Amino acid sequence: MTDDITTDLACKELVEIITDYLEGTLPERDRARFDAHLVTCPPCREYVAEMHATLRLTGRLTVESISPGARDLLLQAFRRMKDSATGL
Amino acid sequence: MGSVLNGQTLVRDSDAELIDRLRHGDEAAFAWLIDTYSAPLLRLAVTFVQDGAVAEEVVQETWLAVVRGIGRFEARSSVKTWLFTILTNQAKTRALRERRTIPFSAFELDEGDEPAVDPNRFLPASHPQWPHHWATPPQPWSMGPEGTALDREAMAVVRCALEDLPRAQRVVVALRDVHGWPSADVCAALDLSEANQRVLLHRGRSRLRAVLERYFADAPTLPSPASAGGK
Repeated sequence: MTDDITTDLACKELVEIITDYLEGTLPERDRARFDAHLVTCPPCREYVAEMHATLRLTGRLTVESISPGARDLLLQAFRRMKDSATGL
Repeated sequence: MGSVLNGQTLVRDSDAELIDRLRHGDEAAFAWLIDTYSAPLLRLAVTFVQDGAVAEEVVQETWLAVVRGIGRFEARSSVKTWLFTILTNQAKTRALRERRTIPFSAFELDEGDEPAVDPNRFLPASHPQWPHHWATPPQPWSMGPEGTALDREAMAVVRCALEDLPRAQRVVVALRDVHGWPSADVCAALDLSEANQRVLLHRGRSRLRAVLERYFADAPTLPSPASAGGK
């Protein structure tokens, strides 16, 4: 069995190429090996599921914004800039 | 105010229109820009300078630079990329001035391997049947539904884990996975090659997964109602 598709991917390798897989940058041949490996390897399926879960959690982190006071100052600065550009 | 700016119509495709409005002093357009991009700019700033107050100043300086530089904007990049490039430069300057953070050449990839999973969790290469397959496989996570105490705890864990990432990984993961930037924009704003961006993303994501794995292995039981409010 030397055909590339049937050469099994080792789990240790899968965890290192998973990002390329998810990014869609894995060469077609490796992608096929990746998919074939998942069919027969429940722990690696779990690993991929955990990576998806990680991405879902990360994607829900919220971001703070600037304070209303800082926002007002910026709008004033913008106004001043406009006034000076139009020669008052 | 004559011009009514509708947030829904002002999407990325209309960068030219946005710039045009800004150049004509349309304050609503500038307010929209601030409201839309301050949060992601702040998040990015924090990854450079860490101190929250300094990060806010960097964002403020960025907006002032935008006000001064709007006439020089050339539509070679998107407005978003332009903003983040200005912030990156402001943050680098600030980081150097403060001498609190390493200069930005640290954005280079560090040398050496950083395996996604502890190598001891795999069978040795010499294993007759399953070389490099799992010896200690990952166990399913008992995640709580969104909004539950368990879910909030997991969110807190991932937030801390993100903050603990090495800086370059943190910036890339934050932009890609928190802010949802496409990889091309991340590469442009941080001056990274696609390959390096992917390595940083891979290392960062792998670390976050590993932290969550440890968390779910240790803590996955919901506190009983009796013990939950124990003040």
